[in-house]
Amino acid sequence: MNEWLYIGLFFLVGLIIPIGAIGIAWILGPKKPNPIKQSTYECGIEPIGEGWVQFKAQYYIFALVFLVFDVETVFLFPWAVRLGQLGFFAVVEGIVFILILIAGLVYTWRKGMLEWV
Amino acid sequence: MTAEQIIFLIVGAVTLLSAVLVVTVRDLVHAALWLVATLFGVAIVYTLLNAGFLAVVQVVVYIGAIAILFIFAVMLTRRQTAADTGAALNKNWWAGALMSVLTFAGLAYLLQSWSGFSKQASAIPSGFDAINELGGALTSPAGYVLPFEVASVLLLAALVGAVYLAFNKK
Amino acid sequence: MNFWNDPLKVAADWLTGIFVGWGMNDIFAHVLVVFLGIFVLIMILMVIDIFLVWIERKVVARFQDRIGPNRLGPYGLIQPFADIIKLMIKEDTTPDGADKVVYNLAPMLSMMSVLILWAVVPLAPVMLGVDLNAGVLFIIAAGSIGTLSIIMAGWSSNNKFSVIGAFRQVAVMISFEVPMLAVMLIPTIFSGSMGMNTIIQSQNIWYVFLSPLAALIFIIAAIAELGRAPFDLAEGESELVSGYNIEYSGMKFGMFYAGELLHAFTFGGFWGILFFGGYRFFGLEQVSPFLAIAIILFKALLGYWIIMWVKYTVMRIRIDQMLAFNWKFLTPVAFVLVMVTALMNAILRDAGSWLYVSGMMLSNVVVAWVSLEVVRAAGKKQRVQVEGVKQAAEAHH
Repeated sequence: MNEWLYIGLFFLVGLIIPIGAIGIAWILGPKKPNPIKQSTYECGIEPIGEGWVQFKAQYYIFALVFLVFDVETVFLFPWAVRLGQLGFFAVVEGIVFILILIAGLVYTWRKGMLEWV
Repeated sequence: MTAEQIIFLIVGAVTLLSAVLVVTVRDLVHAALWLVATLFGVAIVYTLLNAGFLAVVQVVVYIGAIAILFIFAVMLTRRQTAADTGAALNKNWWAGALMSVLTFAGLAYLLQSWSGFSKQASAIPSGFDAINELGGALTSPAGYVLPFEVASVLLLAALVGAVYLAFNKK
Repeated sequence: MNFWNDPLKVAADWLTGIFVGWGMNDIFAHVLVVFLGIFVLIMILMVIDIFLVWIERKVVARFQDRIGPNRLGPYGLIQPFADIIKLMIKEDTTPDGADKVVYNLAPMLSMMSVLILWAVVPLAPVMLGVDLNAGVLFIIAAGSIGTLSIIMAGWSSNNKFSVIGAFRQVAVMISFEVPMLAVMLIPTIFSGSMGMNTIIQSQNIWYVFLSPLAALIFIIAAIAELGRAPFDLAEGESELVSGYNIEYSGMKFGMFYAGELLHAFTFGGFWGILFFGGYRFFGLEQVSPFLAIAIILFKALLGYWIIMWVKYTVMRIRIDQMLAFNWKFLTPVAFVLVMVTALMNAILRDAGSWLYVSGMMLSNVVVAWVSLEVVRAAGKKQRVQVEGVKQAAEAHH
């Protein structure tokens, strides 16, 4: 618990300092807003519509593939920590685990899901 | 009340409040951001329970991957559907409320009869390396080696399923 | 225990004594001292950050055969302070369509995600920060908050460029997180711990000699994670202007900019910790904690210099090339390397130290060589497909 209190304090100080810096700048800086200054920047052209543009589904696919690999690697960390005290069998377990996931990557690849089209 | 309990109460209240906001705010991106706050609150609760590894994993997986996936999914839609202007509740709201109350009551009932619910957890011995123990449990044949490998197959199935869905949509 | 051997403890005891003398509760005094210590550490980091601006400008100037800032003070050393004053007194504009709360929160979270990384950095044998037993994953966890801040900044600005820039940046960051996580397994396997200090303590031989390929993959993934060239897809000047932070001005922009520089410096430090022995340097760290701090800062600066070197030498690549590079090359290689390392570790564990090191290094070289050969063969096959057999043969002669 104690070590997490330090981490919590780090989060707190890490937030206080940027807030302080931005706050000081806000106090010191001039405040003269006008409609042109506050318009959305679009290379000097009047913006049409909202900033919300529809995205390629590809981003979503990459996020999905990433999610699977993220969870997998997190599973592997306790295995890696323990590995020094374990026998050959555990090494094989880990390798099988990774191989199954690489099969998934190969499947995704073969299906053409990793292409940026 | 100890300082730990006060922190727990504050974190719990903030977590619950942001969980309520997830389902009540109209803007879907805001809902996703409140979800992040909820998940972060859960991570803090894990640290209060001395489960540091689980807390870090919670942040890595839920905030780093799942929340990003949610935001990507929301952004894939059009804004018209995102800023929903219709009624927040449909006429079946009472059924949903009933179901959640029943689920909560059922869980509370089940947990009440469980001995660990009222027992004080024994203190963790000094020098106890939770991650090392977890690694041992995950790899020993007497422990959870089969679930460990099955988890990998499950992740493979998730990947194949996602690819299949996306491939068919094309 | 005098000041020169353990400055942190002496200072903390002295301060706690003063606070308790004022009639404060013991625990509260302790927390307050820790709070002040963190505050001082972060203030020092901010000062380093200011000088990083100067270093960055000087180095880029040299790479481009210019002199760089040289007017204000000796070697232009006062220039970064002028920059800070400029950022301070600039008007802080908020675009009309912006989502105010999220818009203001994003730069703070971005800076915070970098600053909290220093919680797990061991500065000297007696200054460990927090010796978290999940230290390696903590880096990734802090990185996820950074990723989130970028998406918040891009979305809340309500600007097409910033949204597209944020999406690209996030796609890069999450993609390269996979090989980074995978190679972080390798120091974990060697040391049997995820704690930063244990990893440093077990590096009697620097891990870069045990696994040079892992060190290389780590720095590539770190550069991508930082969004610096050649992976700076978010800020294509000709297409996306400056990416996710386009609508930010004044100090809020400064937070993103300073955060990026400090992030690069920090990852240089983590590179040093994971693969170059952290604060250890032939026993010098035992002489004085101040020397240990100097060593780790020097290693971090060296890592930062390499990141800059790559940035100003390598051309940027397209997003499809970059994602293909990650998913079709770096990720498989990283996982193969993890498997090979685990296997070699099991085989060579009882062998002598020299056999262990040379076996590990050899296996790394073999993995690198085989993967490069595979890529070369695949590239050849693709060229043959694209250009036809005949033209490929002509190009060969």
